[in-house]
Amino acid sequence: MNRRVGAKSLGWSLVLILCGSVLAFQSHSAQAVNQGLEKRVAACVACHKLEDQATRDGVFPRIAGKPAGYLYKQLLNFRDGRRHYPPMTWMVSQLSDDYLREIADHFASVKAPYPAPPPATLPAATLERGKALALQGDAARKLPACAACHGERLTGVQPFIPSLVGLPRDYLNAQFGAWRNGARHADAPDCMADVAQRISDEDLLAVTGWLAAQTVPAQAAPQAGIKLPLPLACGSVPGSAK
Amino acid sequence: MSLRGLRHVLLGLLTVIVLALAAVFYWQWSNEPGSGISSPPVADRQAQLRRGEYLARAGNCVSCHTARGGATLAGGRQMPTPFGTIVTPNITPDRDTGIGQWSADDFWRAMHNGRGRKGEFLYPAFPYPNYTRVTRADSDAIHAWLASLPAVRQQNAPHQLRFPYDQRWLLGYWRALYFRPGVWQEDTRLDAQWNRGAYLVQGLGHCNACHASRNFLGATSLTGELTGGLIPMLNWYAPALGGNAEGLERWDVASLTRFMKTGVSEHGAAYGPMAEVVRQSLQHLSEDDLRAMAIYMKSLPAVAPAPAPTHLKPAVADGLVKQGGPIYEKHCIDCHGKDGRGQGRDIPPLQGNQSVTTPVANNAIRMVLHGGFAPATAGNPRPMGMPPYGPFLSDEEVAAVVSYIRAAWGNRGGAVSADEVARLRSVPID
Repeated sequence: MNRRVGAKSLGWSLVLILCGSVLAFQSHSAQAVNQGLEKRVAACVACHKLEDQATRDGVFPRIAGKPAGYLYKQLLNFRDGRRHYPPMTWMVSQLSDDYLREIADHFASVKAPYPAPPPATLPAATLERGKALALQGDAARKLPACAACHGERLTGVQPFIPSLVGLPRDYLNAQFGAWRNGARHADAPDCMADVAQRISDEDLLAVTGWLAAQTVPAQAAPQAGIKLPLPLACGSVPGSAK
Repeated sequence: MSLRGLRHVLLGLLTVIVLALAAVFYWQWSNEPGSGISSPPVADRQAQLRRGEYLARAGNCVSCHTARGGATLAGGRQMPTPFGTIVTPNITPDRDTGIGQWSADDFWRAMHNGRGRKGEFLYPAFPYPNYTRVTRADSDAIHAWLASLPAVRQQNAPHQLRFPYDQRWLLGYWRALYFRPGVWQEDTRLDAQWNRGAYLVQGLGHCNACHASRNFLGATSLTGELTGGLIPMLNWYAPALGGNAEGLERWDVASLTRFMKTGVSEHGAAYGPMAEVVRQSLQHLSEDDLRAMAIYMKSLPAVAPAPAPTHLKPAVADGLVKQGGPIYEKHCIDCHGKDGRGQGRDIPPLQGNQSVTTPVANNAIRMVLHGGFAPATAGNPRPMGMPPYGPFLSDEEVAAVVSYIRAAWGNRGGAVSADEVARLRSVPID
């Protein structure tokens, strides 16, 4: 009897030890793989600095902490010609879906502090107008509030809607230009292309100026979900259509 | 000679020239080499389809006949050439917009003799000077596979070629000068493996389309050497592949095979247009075929290394190299090492790397400016990326660091100027 119990517990201990070492091995190798990835994608960080708001040109957007689904779609869009910025297309042209997904997941998981925004140079009235557009929209001009889709704090929504704060103003303006002239596309219906066509230049500069001047909360992260349907139907957000 | 006599002579000469030109055209138009070679019987249709798919990979049909983000093989990719832009056609089996009405004979005529279904001369951007070496059985297999694919309805866009290159009939003269149809003949003095390699490299692989220089009319040498050259419009230098040419001696058959299969090796990685060739074509070939290609390449006569360019005064060149050392230490040394040897297969060596020391320094300059990833392949699914330094270094700084790596560790590449960097900064990169 005793011997049997002994054998049984010995058996269990062996199982436990085995499980433990498998787990230890797995976590170790996962770490090793992830460390490997950081070095592999150093090319991305050269421009998309993890903590800086922008490089000297102020055109490279922050990618750290953006929703993984959004980042993955953008990588595919660059690779497959739906978004046009040759240096990005060049980088990802010969990469696989699997690897791009892994890269997107990696940058989505990076937590890096947001530096203080550059001082706002726009007149106070313009900033007020920008704030109103961002948070309330303008029903008369059929412009929904940014916050209605991009989250109450404009920090994005998992997994497909990007944050709008912590981005350089030049980058934001350039995206509207790209939607207007067809150099940037998302899955149809392309809701942001609609907004870009609808918004006046004046309103556009007001809202991007206000967005770029916002201080981002220290623990900013994309919101878990958002009330559907969205004010506009967006092909890249399932369930967004009314 | 009297004036009238001279006029007679000139008129006679003109008549002879016109007649000769007409005769050449007539010969090119009416001569149908290969038309007597008919389809060999096919025992196993499924096996033929699998073979066709494999051979289409070897010929890399997909790369050129697919637009970025477009339907596979439905054409529409714009190929810049010095003569204008060629827009590749739809080769899916759609009856109206693709090649659904092409018979195996029509397809063979295109592959072997560079003629379209209605007999029109095809532009040699379609590499029929290489594909002419493909056997009838292999041509049939590719045709059968293409015909088995889903048809995609997508109208072909017209080429945008300048006069006189938009005059297709003039290709009759181009063909007379630069095209010789002919099925690959085995060299019985050499073994089957060498012959297989030669068949793939010279034929479907169309390696010399890039790895050889082209003349002013876009033709490569009829003998199909792999002497290296600047790829027109793409502005990458495809290095010489001959045997043990400088820089190639360290590549043995095993490392060449690995490079083609995975896109990386301990001697260098594929990037630029070669990354696409590896990802779309070479990685899908069998180890046996890749080894055969490597054996063939190693058997080619070595090319004498081109002399280092001397357009910079020695004092200027020395100054650039000296200026480049500290830039290398700041930005490059962590990965490529103080001896320039890189790290395994992930980070290519710069020392003795023939792509660093090419006669024209485009490759090294562009990698520094734009960075890039080796291709993702089954054998190397998570390739390493080289960061772009274009946004952070001035033309002069890039020229300095490239001059440095082309001169350090025994490299003999010659210094490059800031002007060369400025020119490459703005070339289209996708």
